[in-house]
Amino acid sequence: MNQEAHISETPTYIGFGDYSTHVPGNIPTAVQQATDRFLSTRAARVAEKANWEELRRAAHEIRLHTLLHLDSYLEQVERQVTKAGGHVHWAREAAEARTIVIDIAKRHNVKTAVKVKSMATEEIGLNHALETAGIQAYETDLGEFIIQLAGSGPSHIIVPAVHMKKEEVATLFREKLGVEAPADPLRLAAIARATLRERFLTAEMGVSGANFLVAETGTLVIVSNEGNGRMCTTLPNLHVAVVGIDKVVPDWDSLTVLLNLLARSATGQKLSAYTSFITGPRREEGENGPQEFHLVLLDNGRSRVLQDPVGRETLKCIRCGCCLNVCPVYKSVGGYAYGWFISGPIGAIFSPQILGVEAARELPFASSLCGACADVCPVKIPIPHILLHLRRRVVEGDQFESPAAPAVLRTGARLGRLALATPWLYRLGTRLLPLLQVPLKRDGWLPALPPPLNRWTKVRPLPAFAGRFRQWWGKRQGIRDRV
Amino acid sequence: MPIKAQLFITCLAEQFYPQVLVQMVDLLERLGVNVEFPPEQTCCGQPMFNSGFQSEARGIATQWLRAFSRSEAAIVSPSGSCVDMVRHHYPAMFPEGTPEHELARELAGRTFEFSEFLVHSLKVTDVGAYFPHKVTYHASCHLLRGLGLREEAKQLLSAVHDLELVPLADEETCCGFGGMFSVIYPEVSRAMMEAKVRNIMASGAGAVVACDAGCLMNIAGGLRKVGSQVRALHLIEVLAAQGGAS
Repeated sequence: MNQEAHISETPTYIGFGDYSTHVPGNIPTAVQQATDRFLSTRAARVAEKANWEELRRAAHEIRLHTLLHLDSYLEQVERQVTKAGGHVHWAREAAEARTIVIDIAKRHNVKTAVKVKSMATEEIGLNHALETAGIQAYETDLGEFIIQLAGSGPSHIIVPAVHMKKEEVATLFREKLGVEAPADPLRLAAIARATLRERFLTAEMGVSGANFLVAETGTLVIVSNEGNGRMCTTLPNLHVAVVGIDKVVPDWDSLTVLLNLLARSATGQKLSAYTSFITGPRREEGENGPQEFHLVLLDNGRSRVLQDPVGRETLKCIRCGCCLNVCPVYKSVGGYAYGWFISGPIGAIFSPQILGVEAARELPFASSLCGACADVCPVKIPIPHILLHLRRRVVEGDQFESPAAPAVLRTGARLGRLALATPWLYRLGTRLLPLLQVPLKRDGWLPALPPPLNRWTKVRPLPAFAGRFRQWWGKRQGIRDRV
Repeated sequence: MPIKAQLFITCLAEQFYPQVLVQMVDLLERLGVNVEFPPEQTCCGQPMFNSGFQSEARGIATQWLRAFSRSEAAIVSPSGSCVDMVRHHYPAMFPEGTPEHELARELAGRTFEFSEFLVHSLKVTDVGAYFPHKVTYHASCHLLRGLGLREEAKQLLSAVHDLELVPLADEETCCGFGGMFSVIYPEVSRAMMEAKVRNIMASGAGAVVACDAGCLMNIAGGLRKVGSQVRALHLIEVLAAQGGAS
């Protein structure tokens, strides 16, 4: 039931429906305030970019092209990173990635690690694994710092603690850090900064993800706003980056297109405060940066998703979070409803493909199919189309997975088809419903209906059935025929 | 030759909004359209399609194609969502090269949503309606994003005599209906509906207008639940209003 606490672990079942019945009341308010602010600044940035639609089309082409030729681009990444003096590791599954990172850390006697905000390490539950191995990992992004203190996971792709108000953060700081903390964002940031400064200086390992990985030069690209990314990747002598294989872009021209879209879509900035380009470790003494650089390329189901011509567009995602900001479902339930590190519309299509529909079968249905996400997606992921594709996978199964829906639903659907594809049966129902409803009808409405229709009436009454159009039409035609 | 139109009444409008359908016939006839009603029609199959039951949806779609293929006339519907289903999903439900696919494509090409049919096919925006009230407009998702009809309904409303069209905050945000979504996740649907109802009540309008029976059932029910006097009306009900009566 408590999805929040287990958000960083690989879930075995995601109960979106259960969670949605008891969303903490403070979450939607906090989420709506923050996401509305992002959306309005985004709108201003988009309006000043005359070639926005052109950029989106180009980005879609670049991302799809890269996915279709991912094997050769990944080999190029490996060659270039190695050439720059880095080490490349391939991780098929989350567990393999965790082991690789822990082994590297142990070889270097790492006691503490500092982390740049990274979705890939949330995906593999790295913090918990490091802790179990006796290594303390400290999150250094302010949002991640907060949720790590709270013992939960990110509830938004780019704003991990978006669900918390400043008062809640202040209380958390008082409890966990034992300091006097006023509900003032600047003061709270100063407390976090003071706590983190010492950790930056003592950590033996920096861990990051990447926003992009440029195949042309083997360059890791990290986009951030707090400067913590540079501290983590330059101060410790060892830098380990865990990066999903979908993060690759062919070259710097492609990167330029995507960087033009990313910050504008995410926070409504033209460019984030810091865009760091890291190519291998430092080359000589005196230069900034770590002595050793390791790149862990994470598959974790992505190459399987690539086999599916419809589903694979999911992997075009550049993690801007804009689909969350615009989604009325996400804004009503918050990120924890989606049960894993990635939430909102992109989570609803990503998680079922990576975890399988048995574990995440509720997520493709967690959408009203309003289409707002597809309208804003900077790389034009057809999210509603993929949701429908995955709904079919859940109820009918396909060449990738067996169905996961209860058989009773199938029976219901067959009966529905019988009634709706048989005109006389449908017409009979239309005539009977207004009669059958009489005992339940109040003032032209049906305030309470028996299950399963009570799922509608517990929220609002249903208008009374009034199927009399055909009689009206029939009478009218009769009169006309006589004239 | 007079323009002909087949009424595609949709299952929800048939079950819950017969007066809208009667007014739709009156309006079209007043505009000189020769109205036909194919009696074999039932539902477009969207509830099955959106729930993932593709083969069940295909069975219902086949019935729909049969019902509407008997006439050459344009097909006009008071629901953006159902038109989106026919126009954008029907052709893909049948393999290319099959007669069903060809028929689906042909019928998809002459199926129109009501406001679209008036503004683009008949080239009418002023239907001579009179509605002396303050009205706001909710943009139904599939009408707006599925069919790309952002302005048509508002053009028609703006031409109604003595009608004052006031803005609705988050006009383009989903009301929380979403078909089966509203019964699969009622609590989420409730939160979205309540946000919509709050915005409608804050707009100061006496009526909210939409172009889809699904949104109207949801919004009207939500307004009733909180005891609001604001009415939820189909665009057709406003366009059909003549004289002082409303």
